[in-house]
Amino acid sequence: MRRPFSYKLNIFLFLLPALILFIGVLIAPIILSGYYSLTEWNGLLTPEFIGLANYKELFTSKSINIMRALKNAMLLAALSTCIQLPFALWLALKLSKKPVGERAYLSIYFMPVLISTVVIGQLWIKIYNPDYGVLNLFLRSLGLESWTRVWLGDKTTALWAAFVPILWQYVGYHMLLMYAGIKGVPPELNEAAMIDGCTEGQVNRYIIIPYIKPILRVSVIFAVTGSLKSFDLIYVLTNGGPNHATEVPSTLMINLLFLRNRYGMGSTIAVMLIVLCFVFAIIINMIFKEEKGR
Amino acid sequence: MNTATLNKKYPPMRSKKKPKKTVGQIASYCVLVLWAFISLFPVYWMLTFSLKNNAEIFGENVIGLPKYWVWENYTRAMNTGNMPQYFLNSVIVAVSTILITLLAAVMATYAMTRLQWKLSKTMHKFFMLGLTIPIHASIVPLYTTLARLKMLNSYWALIIPYSAFSLSMGILISVGFMGDIPYDLDEACFIDGCGVWGTFLRIIAPLMTPAVATVGIYTFLQCWNELMFANVFISKDALKTLPVGVQALSGQYTTDWGPIGAALSIATIPTLLVYVFLSKQIQDSFIAGAVKG
Repeated sequence: MRRPFSYKLNIFLFLLPALILFIGVLIAPIILSGYYSLTEWNGLLTPEFIGLANYKELFTSKSINIMRALKNAMLLAALSTCIQLPFALWLALKLSKKPVGERAYLSIYFMPVLISTVVIGQLWIKIYNPDYGVLNLFLRSLGLESWTRVWLGDKTTALWAAFVPILWQYVGYHMLLMYAGIKGVPPELNEAAMIDGCTEGQVNRYIIIPYIKPILRVSVIFAVTGSLKSFDLIYVLTNGGPNHATEVPSTLMINLLFLRNRYGMGSTIAVMLIVLCFVFAIIINMIFKEEKGR
Repeated sequence: MNTATLNKKYPPMRSKKKPKKTVGQIASYCVLVLWAFISLFPVYWMLTFSLKNNAEIFGENVIGLPKYWVWENYTRAMNTGNMPQYFLNSVIVAVSTILITLLAAVMATYAMTRLQWKLSKTMHKFFMLGLTIPIHASIVPLYTTLARLKMLNSYWALIIPYSAFSLSMGILISVGFMGDIPYDLDEACFIDGCGVWGTFLRIIAPLMTPAVATVGIYTFLQCWNELMFANVFISKDALKTLPVGVQALSGQYTTDWGPIGAALSIATIPTLLVYVFLSKQIQDSFIAGAVKG
């Protein structure tokens, strides 16, 4: 009866468009990137195989200074995990208690996720504008003239100023995931705990948070790998400046590729980023598994 | 469990917690409102200064509603630079990407969930790899290949990569929806003499419209806002998409905030409109992506 559903040619034809796209644009390029990362190549002549020399240069070169970029990305990952996620969790917990206007809050918090990063970046550039920006204006109106800064142009503040919009934009995303998870907690569990005399805090701590651990794991993975890959907002806000203070691996990669035509070295950074993302995803998975075992 | 550990885990209810709780509730309500304000402020500010003249923007009236509504900012934004062209380019790229992603994803989903073959599960896992692959992984090979094929500075240079990177999410969402279509329908249609293709076109495709909406929305948002590929693969002004075009415009007119605000608003308003009408579906499509991820 079901045999005609298994004609091999039909299966192949149904899969064909997806396979062409997927292999052509994702799988084959990854393999090629791996190969290019082992070559010196300016994009025009044939790539010259040089083994691991790019990797060695990447981690020793003072002019590329990958360590600073990685440090910046890790700082963003840490801020994201330690400030953004707990705050998102707090918002999700509060909203799940059905305050008045629950849907409105949810939709407002999520809105920044949908807006183009270029628009958000341009708006924050204007917020940070030293003369007419809202931030300095606000400080001046409070009489805190001495606190005003050239936020994105000052080496000491640029990094933090560039991170704030990134953290701001994605709070709503993590909040939404956690909120969806909390809505999936069976209400009997909450009610039983309430009857047993648990306070709201205890229900959150002992029922809801353990229950939504799989979602928290996803959120942490997204936050960390997203930080490692972060590009858009940094590119719009500072493009790595002033004086490379806000450089992250992705901005380094784009600059090496398209300003210095170093396709081999650009690929090396790309490969390093992919490997780092996978390694961190595995580590985070292991941490969450260990917690479960206890 | 003895009483000691029980008490430690679930301390007995305290009687005097009522007044404290209300203060706490008011405080947390304030934070909710404050965060709503912080989330909305940049967009509110953008929409208002897009309608102000420079005197208001730069001092007289920085955060209030505009006193004189300068619609001229919008006409200037549409006339300087190529805003209408950028907008059109973004629409062309987004619509084509959605169509290709949908076609490829629904067809592949049909093959993997309705047709019987040994490796269908493996194939599904293979496609799900795409959820974790960052676009950095393919930027160099794509760029050099597109250059060799003389396809840089064409719509295809964006449509093909966007479709490929939306594919995994499209399949993930489609598999969920197709699972809800009863198998009996396929078999009934098959007994009536439809082939595999007939079943697909007459039963599966029409019943997949909810998935089409979810995948379509998700794909739209991804490619409407994408910056890295759009920035690298397109250098010709006439082919730029909104994010790249707006970025270029903002660099040119740094002191004229009104028209820039208008350009930023033009890029944002379509997304906001879609969000106002489809907020639930949009949120669901983002949740669908993460739960499996």
